[in-house]
Amino acid sequence: MKRLVVGAHYGLGEWLAQRITAVIMALYTLIMAGFFLTSAPFTYTAWKALFAQGWMRVATLLFAVSVAAHAWVGVRDILMDYIKPDGLRLALRLGALLLLGAYVGWTIQILWR
Amino acid sequence: MASASAKKIRPKYLSLSALLFEIRLPVPGWVSILHRISGAWLFFPFVAWLLYLLDKSLQSEQGFQYVKTEYLSLPVVKLGLLLFVWCYCHHFCAGIRHLLLDLDRGGDLKPARLSSWIVIAAGFALTAFFGARIW
Repeated sequence: MKRLVVGAHYGLGEWLAQRITAVIMALYTLIMAGFFLTSAPFTYTAWKALFAQGWMRVATLLFAVSVAAHAWVGVRDILMDYIKPDGLRLALRLGALLLLGAYVGWTIQILWR
Repeated sequence: MASASAKKIRPKYLSLSALLFEIRLPVPGWVSILHRISGAWLFFPFVAWLLYLLDKSLQSEQGFQYVKTEYLSLPVVKLGLLLFVWCYCHHFCAGIRHLLLDLDRGGDLKPARLSSWIVIAAGFALTAFFGARIW
């Protein structure tokens, strides 16, 4: 069966974005796990040096943006399943959007201080 | 006038006790609901908490030492961290399984059940592994 799956209300874009961001986050997770498993003892100097590198800052920002996009879709799914009143659902989605925006803003602040 | 639709079997709204004790969820169902619950917890409060820790630990040498030696040695903080680690590991493993299912791998009943058990076990095993390192 051939169906048009792009356009309004099909959610393919969200579905795909959630999967692509998942792969980005998984790769970043492996970098961080590698750092924690190889850098013993865990010192301020090593920690600071890790986040002083340009590529690590960019990777962390990419991770934060991925978290935001991924969670945006996840929260949307949860709200669509459990919250029926439109007004409440809209308010909660707006709250999630503001919170995720704040997360990204905070991350930038930490990385480029 | 009694219409045909009146005799239709309507969806049944389940009580909380029925959801908890009467319905036996298959293993892939458990992986799925735990994926959702761990995702919700990661969204809030864990991301906020982690950003707080990152902020404090990168701010200064004192901040780093405070987080490492004082803050993270509090039992309640360690428990919180352990819960975060489980959420992250389960969500990670269940997510990998989900991606494979999207690629049409392991969708038959037997492999789907087996991979569900693996995901649940891996989530706890990784939590035990990182938990041991935290302690």
